[in-house]
Amino acid sequence: MRTYFAVFRMRFIAAFQYRIVAFSSMTTSLVWGFMSILAYAAFYRVNPDAFPMTFPQTVSYVWINQTFLLWFAVVFTDGDIESTLESGSIAYELARPADLYWRWFTRACAGRVAMSVLRLPALAAAFLLPGILKMTLPPDLIRLLLFVLSMVLALFVTVSFTMLMYVTMFHTISFRGIRLTVTAVTTFLSGGLIPLPFFPASIRGIVEALPFAAMQNIPLRIYNGNITGIDVIYGIGFQVFWLVTLIILGKLAMGYSLRKVVAQGG
Amino acid sequence: MKLYLKYCAINMKSQMQYKFSFFLVIFGQFLSAFTMFFGVLFMFSIINAVDGFTYSQVLLCYASMSMAFSLAELVSSGFATFSGMLANGTFDRILVRPQSSIFQVMASRIDLARLGITAQSVIILCWAVPNSGVSWTWDKILTLCLMIICGSIIFSCLFLIQASFAFFTTEGLEFMNVLTYGGREHGRYPFSIYGKGVLRFLTFVIPLALFQYYPLLYLIGRESSVYYMLTPLFGLLFMIPSCAFFRFGLGRYRSTGS
Repeated sequence: MRTYFAVFRMRFIAAFQYRIVAFSSMTTSLVWGFMSILAYAAFYRVNPDAFPMTFPQTVSYVWINQTFLLWFAVVFTDGDIESTLESGSIAYELARPADLYWRWFTRACAGRVAMSVLRLPALAAAFLLPGILKMTLPPDLIRLLLFVLSMVLALFVTVSFTMLMYVTMFHTISFRGIRLTVTAVTTFLSGGLIPLPFFPASIRGIVEALPFAAMQNIPLRIYNGNITGIDVIYGIGFQVFWLVTLIILGKLAMGYSLRKVVAQGG
Repeated sequence: MKLYLKYCAINMKSQMQYKFSFFLVIFGQFLSAFTMFFGVLFMFSIINAVDGFTYSQVLLCYASMSMAFSLAELVSSGFATFSGMLANGTFDRILVRPQSSIFQVMASRIDLARLGITAQSVIILCWAVPNSGVSWTWDKILTLCLMIICGSIIFSCLFLIQASFAFFTTEGLEFMNVLTYGGREHGRYPFSIYGKGVLRFLTFVIPLALFQYYPLLYLIGRESSVYYMLTPLFGLLFMIPSCAFFRFGLGRYRSTGS
């Protein structure tokens, strides 16, 4: 456990070196959120009752989605682990004593947490914005706590899916293609582009059963009150189910792949 | 122009070395462009029109925007690697050659993988053009061409500005993505839906609306003044400050040595 804590701390400190990057990504997320909300506002003006979420709910959804963009990113562009695979230093990684799966898992979590912490001021700013742009608090403290729990689970589900992606990278060198494809599919099916309740009913049933629905979909909707009562417990249970499944799959796949891994270069 | 085609051919050869990788990248681009399209589709499955624009009119706007963006990305992907060129000294080699330095930077890399987005835009455009309810007379066709061509030039200018920032700083250039990628992503809807303030900014400061909103009004027949048709051409004035900014940066350039 101490080993993993050290790995986490090291990645965390490394990510904090890029404060200017963080500042500019904060500006980006504010502008992006601003534009998205204005677009939603135009849609809601047409007929506010046609949508599955109320307008303030959508506003909260957009802001958390924007500020925690990297928290929920299956493909995280720090490129650290990928470059290990690309340069062949995977050979060293394998020589180290701690379990590779959990070490990478910890490292992937740390990078996401650090970058998200750096972006938190943008979320704070969203509470101070005027008019329709203003972000609102959840109705009570219990909901806030459930939101935090669900956020942590969402991070783990996201990273456990990322681990599966890394395993496929053992077998191919087309990293860029894999990254693009995985980003497109996961962002869309997890509700990163538009919230899952906005999907047409016919495909919504399928999409909400996929592991991607256990990522940002659940915590964001717990926060904004789109999921209430007993459904919150179901949602969290759904996240736990996919987390366990993905970790087991990832461990198995990695164990299998490591037996035949090719170290690129020398 | 001949020189540019030569650059193209060389790039194509080198990228085709890894065929599987190449097609996977194109596929990924294609897919990500399509998720954006589904976003629009799903919103319009809930309501019929936004700000008076119907689904097919919005698609026309989305397709031309995305087409303009992908052409710009295809042609000027060299700008994206510019900061790397400064860092490793390749730019010094460019400066001593007898060709415009902007041209050489631009042509240094032609990222054919961007064809994925282009392909997707072509498909949407092919659907939107007959279904938009526009009667395609010659002036409408000309307007659409102007939107796409001038649009890609203006996007290229934005990429040039982004590259020029590398003369001054190496980090935190991400904020320019708001204008480039953001312009493409939020430009899937006519800019007027974002309100007057945004529209004014995108008309007079960063002229994205000049090749999107105004000519679109002409296309769908809401405005019949010929000025609306020609607004993309006014947008080309944006080339002046962009090139000037590059020259200004170039004037302050000191080689990194090596």
